[in-house]
Amino acid sequence: MTRSVIDHGPAAAPAGDGAASQTDEASAQGAAKAGRGGSAPRPAVTQLRVTAEDRRVAWLATAAVGLSLVDAAIPTPLPGVKPGLANIVTLVVLARYGWGTAVWVSALRVLAGSLLLGYFLAPGFFLSLTGTTLSLVTLGLARHLPGRWFGPVSLSILAAFAHIGGQLLLARAWLIPHDGVFLLTPVFAAAALVFGTINGLIAAKLLVEPAPTEAA
Amino acid sequence: MAKIEISPPPSGSAAPRPAAIRDWLRLVRPGDWLVVLGGLAAVGASFPLFWQGGLADRAIIRQEGKVFAEVDLKARRQVEVAGPLGTTLIAVEPGRVRVVSDPGPRQYCVRQGWLMRPGQIAICAPNRVSVQIAGRTRVYDSISY
Repeated sequence: MTRSVIDHGPAAAPAGDGAASQTDEASAQGAAKAGRGGSAPRPAVTQLRVTAEDRRVAWLATAAVGLSLVDAAIPTPLPGVKPGLANIVTLVVLARYGWGTAVWVSALRVLAGSLLLGYFLAPGFFLSLTGTTLSLVTLGLARHLPGRWFGPVSLSILAAFAHIGGQLLLARAWLIPHDGVFLLTPVFAAAALVFGTINGLIAAKLLVEPAPTEAA
Repeated sequence: MAKIEISPPPSGSAAPRPAAIRDWLRLVRPGDWLVVLGGLAAVGASFPLFWQGGLADRAIIRQEGKVFAEVDLKARRQVEVAGPLGTTLIAVEPGRVRVVSDPGPRQYCVRQGWLMRPGQIAICAPNRVSVQIAGRTRVYDSISY
């Protein structure tokens, strides 16, 4: 994460490394003169500073992973047709905290969700990754639509279409290299429209409420 | 944190159902309706586009490679085709066709069951009879086994 500050050494002052080492040498001049080997080596402590932003991303990703598990538990008539409830979280995050946070939350959700459900690096993982990537790209473009006219419902539907589009293209290119895959397109598109609308409505509902105050 | 509240907030009105629906509809912005309509159109268009050839509307029955009959898949009827081994009986129903009986030894074409999609074919090779569904477009130029 770029947000985390990684500090080496105990004297991790924001003043800067050069200034810190100078004062160190000045105070411990006697010991240093006796020989470098004699002085205590600097303990290499790596401090990961967890920012409030990190905590928020982690919490939101947890919510998304939880919804992915609920998603997986819902029986579907056709493999690949899923409600995609975790996208509700993505939509809310996109509206409240911006696209970058939405990417973080989605990436963590795909990773952790696949680990928990046991399909990490299996075909399903790459399908999920491709779909999520394409829908995030679509969301990144679609969020510039005028907000007065296009709300979360629009974003959700567009993202859902991008999601199945990406998955079908990957499936055609890699898993089932035959045009027969596209026979499923109408079914998937219909599912994307229905679930995209429902998820968008739920996200819009959540966004009407005031933003929760950070507990952490 | 992100609590999912699916039920609408209690509005306390006498008629809760229309109020609830209105609550949801208020969340849909004008452009959203356009996107929904566009999505519906796309889904509608995808059915004939991807389910290539459209509906099964005609079947071609061949004997010895020559067209024996072209039947409309609208009415219910039966077609008897005479071949070197005997008579192959073909049943036609709205939107589908099948070989009911065939004198061939292995009955492959009978076991294939109903043919419903354009391009599907049942071949009774011993009796030199085939029945194929023709669509608006040809799915395959040729099939080789």
